[in-house]
Formats: sequence, C-alpha cells, structure tokens
Amino acid sequence: MLRRYSSYRGSEGMLAWAFHRISGVAIWAFVVLHVIDIYLVGGDPKAYDTILAVYASPPGRIMETLLGAALLYHALNGLRIIIMDFWPVFTRYHRILWYANWVIFTVVGLPVAVIILKPIFGG
Amino acid sequence: MAIYSRAGRRRPTGGGFELFAWYLMRLTGLGLFVLALAHFLILHVLYDPSQENATFITQMRWSSLFWRVMDWSLLMLVLFHAFLGVRTVVSDYVKGGTRTILLSGLYLLAFALFVAGTSVVLTLPGIVPPA
Repeated sequence: MLRRYSSYRGSEGMLAWAFHRISGVAIWAFVVLHVIDIYLVGGDPKAYDTILAVYASPPGRIMETLLGAALLYHALNGLRIIIMDFWPVFTRYHRILWYANWVIFTVVGLPVAVIILKPIFGG
Repeated sequence: MAIYSRAGRRRPTGGGFELFAWYLMRLTGLGLFVLALAHFLILHVLYDPSQENATFITQMRWSSLFWRVMDWSLLMLVLFHAFLGVRTVVSDYVKGGTRTILLSGLYLLAFALFVAGTSVVLTLPGIVPPA
C-alpha cells in the first residue's frame, strides 16, 4: 500500500504526498461552493450576502483559516513537485525542500491566520 | 533507468492526452501559485469577508474589467487544475463502471461551473471603463 501510493520510502515524502492530496480535494470542494456562491451575485444577491455572512462568522473564519492553510501548503508543495519533476537532481533534497516548505508555511501563514481570526476575539 | 520524481504523478510515457494533462497540471499549478494566493490575500487579508457582499462585488471588485479578466483566468486555471486533480484521485481508487460514472459526473460538474462562472463574469452589470 505505502510502496504503491507513496512517493518515497521515507515518511516525509509519504506525508507530503498525502497532505497534497487531502488539501487538493478540500480546495476542490471549496471551489465548487465558491463558483456557486459567486454565481448568486448575479442570480440571487440576497442569498450571496447570507453566504458571505457565514464566511465572516467565527466558524466561517476558522474554515477560512483551514482553507488558507490547505491552499498555502498545496501551493508550496506543488512548487516542490514541479522543481523535482523538471530538475530531478533535487529529488535528493526532497526532505530539505519539505522542511523549507514548513518554514515558509509558518512564516507566511501565521500572520495571515492572526489577521483572519482576530475579529473572533473582538480585534 | 532515468531518475524521476514520484512526488507527484509520474510523467506519463507515450505522449497523448495523459502527457498533455501532466504538463497542464504543472502549468496551471504555476499560474495558480500566483493568482490563487493573490486572490486569497486580497479578499481575506487586504479586505475582510465582513466587508464583502453582492454590492461589494458589483461596485468594487467587478466594476473593474481588469479584475473580471483576472478572476475569469483564475476560474479557468482552477477548473482545469482541480478537476484534473480529482480525476487522478478518482482513477487511483475507483475502477470499472463506477469510475466511468464518477468521472462523467465530474466532467459534467466542471462544465456546469464553467458555464455558471463565465456567465456571471460576462453578464453582471456595472463595469466602469477605466478613466
């Protein structure tokens, strides 16, 4: 199972792959919802306003933060995949690239999470 | 044997649609790295969902032809990328007739979203020509 579905024998590669797939499917689901909600701007503006109010609510903000995390992870790991696909020599450094992803993910993601979540705490 | 990466899907050999899809996935991925992240930052960091409603879209976001074109480009990139991606996932886990049914539904949904997204970008009134 692992040999069949994972990228590498090491656990980082397997996790990188699994997170990429999970975040990808999650973003796909949101995109389906998001195209439908934006369609409502023309079709039923009141319904759109209701949906946006949900996005701005505390549970909505937590979901948005998770969406942003999925998006950022998927984007960074996607670059990692592209780098290794087109410059195979980097497959040797796949672990370093994976840890670099998490450094960038944390440095960029934390401030964004704070900004999105702040209104929940009255900020 | 050549070194190849298996971080993503292996590059298909033999050309044809599968190789095209493999390249398209990476090309749209690069585009989305810029457009999708920028889209998220603009609408969740520079603006806040509490400021956003149908009036905001009509009078602010989509009063600009530039942002309509950008958002439509984002829609095209994400439809190809997301649906090709889910196609790979479905094909990995489901075989035979069920796969055919799921993939047909998937393509139908992609087409429906293409029509819905494109029609609202094209028909929503309120584009203010740049001064």
